[in-house]
Amino acid sequence: MTPELTEILKISLLVLLVVAAVASSVMKKLVPALIVFTSFSLVMSVIWMLLESPDLAITEAAVGAGVSGVLFYMALKRMERIKREYIEKDGKAAPENDGEEDGCDNNETKG
Amino acid sequence: MGNLLYNYEEATALILFSIGFVTLLFHRNMIRKLIGMNIMDSGIYLFLASMGYIYDRRAPIVEGGDTNPVNYINPVPASLVLTGIVVSVSVTAVMLSLAVRLYERYHTLNLDEIYAMSRRRAEHR
Amino acid sequence: MKLKDDFKKWLSYDLDLDEEPTMPEPIEFDDEAPEITIWHRLRQQGAHRKLYYVVAVICSAVLAFTLILTVSGMPRYGEDAEFMDTVTYEYLAHGMEYTGAVNIVSGIILEYRAFDTLGESFVLFCAVTCVLVLLRLDDEADSSAPSYHDLTHDIVLRRTARAIIPLIFVFGIYVLLNGHLSPGGGFSGGAVLGAGIILLSSAYGEEASGKFVTERTFRIVTTSALLFYCVGKSYTFYTGANGIETFIGNGRPGDILSAGLILPLNVAVGLVVACTMYGIYRMFKERRF
Repeated sequence: MTPELTEILKISLLVLLVVAAVASSVMKKLVPALIVFTSFSLVMSVIWMLLESPDLAITEAAVGAGVSGVLFYMALKRMERIKREYIEKDGKAAPENDGEEDGCDNNETKG
Repeated sequence: MGNLLYNYEEATALILFSIGFVTLLFHRNMIRKLIGMNIMDSGIYLFLASMGYIYDRRAPIVEGGDTNPVNYINPVPASLVLTGIVVSVSVTAVMLSLAVRLYERYHTLNLDEIYAMSRRRAEHR
Repeated sequence: MKLKDDFKKWLSYDLDLDEEPTMPEPIEFDDEAPEITIWHRLRQQGAHRKLYYVVAVICSAVLAFTLILTVSGMPRYGEDAEFMDTVTYEYLAHGMEYTGAVNIVSGIILEYRAFDTLGESFVLFCAVTCVLVLLRLDDEADSSAPSYHDLTHDIVLRRTARAIIPLIFVFGIYVLLNGHLSPGGGFSGGAVLGAGIILLSSAYGEEASGKFVTERTFRIVTTSALLFYCVGKSYTFYTGANGIETFIGNGRPGDILSAGLILPLNVAVGLVVACTMYGIYRMFKERRF
């Protein structure tokens, strides 16, 4: 690839990185924010490769999506924030709170 | 302005740091603070590793017995960041387990409510 | 063939497995509820909360502005010759003949700066100990356990995992063993291995992954790997500082059995990382090992 094409690719990936970071901060629900955070990790891994460090690329790819993302989901599940069960015993789905937003209520504040 | 337009990679890394910092400050949900902290970590690592990059040079793996340092990028920042990435995931794991334990005790993820409840609990003792 | 029949049935949503899947109910938008925007929330807060927001915005703006000023004063990105101080020159020019490693980054983190890697392994060990302390339950009856959807009967996951897991393990071991010859090393290989064991444990249950990582294995492997790292590196430091000849040669660069102690140390660090990742996963999934 020509150097200009590499520059354009790098700049567009950096813009995508900033967009993913902003998006995972302002999203209202938690589970989509975590999905965007995993994609942030993936873009980071490609940027490490463009910076000529292959060790960092392998480590970030394995750790960012494979371990860190999975740990977030496990913690959310353990805190009962992901309650949607698609398969139930009597054929009824039980969606109560699906990736609830910010832990505070909308109308009641402590002032 | 100086070299701001030429240093776009470092500027993006610092913008990421600021985004993570703002996320850490503004949200009251514990999980969002953790996401913000991870973004801050990634921004710092990007800043550090982009100091080692030099145009038109290869990765620091010796090919064909050529040990002339003119052909390779700076390998020192990459080795510092390699440690940092794994430490960042350990810190995230410890903080997530703390969040799980806090949720079990107070049944909320909102830090303000946790403060208020713990203060009330301390008063009642 | 049973496999094809199962797959066709799964494709056409015609399942007669144990459970019956249903589609979730559609979300109905409530048009009468008042729309809560961030301004409403801000107005309902107390005065101290508003003050906190204002001061936080000012602090973040000042921080960002200072950082951007610093960046604009730095040397240009990608330029050379000012970055090559004497230490980096020494690492690149004499790294291969001193350490025997073709991958200079591995040579740096396991030979020139071996203390940092040792400290980092200790940080990983500390992290898994902290998670164990916080999350471990010893009694079997846990009333607040969430009901995980049992993934061991999921046919897509089992078939995919059966195809992918051997490849992941082979790749992880390859990256781990070739740290001194090609990109990779202890951290990368250990992370890939850890992710592979996590996939095995979630697709096939604890019986499959309990065959080679149990609690006793975990304890023995992590402590002996860290002890081996300490003893091996101390031996090298001692002989290097006193000028005694070691019996661990450097070999020929490019061979698999070269670069002195880098290969065993890579294996030790990789084992610590893999066991840490898997241990943290087990602590989160069920609070026992």
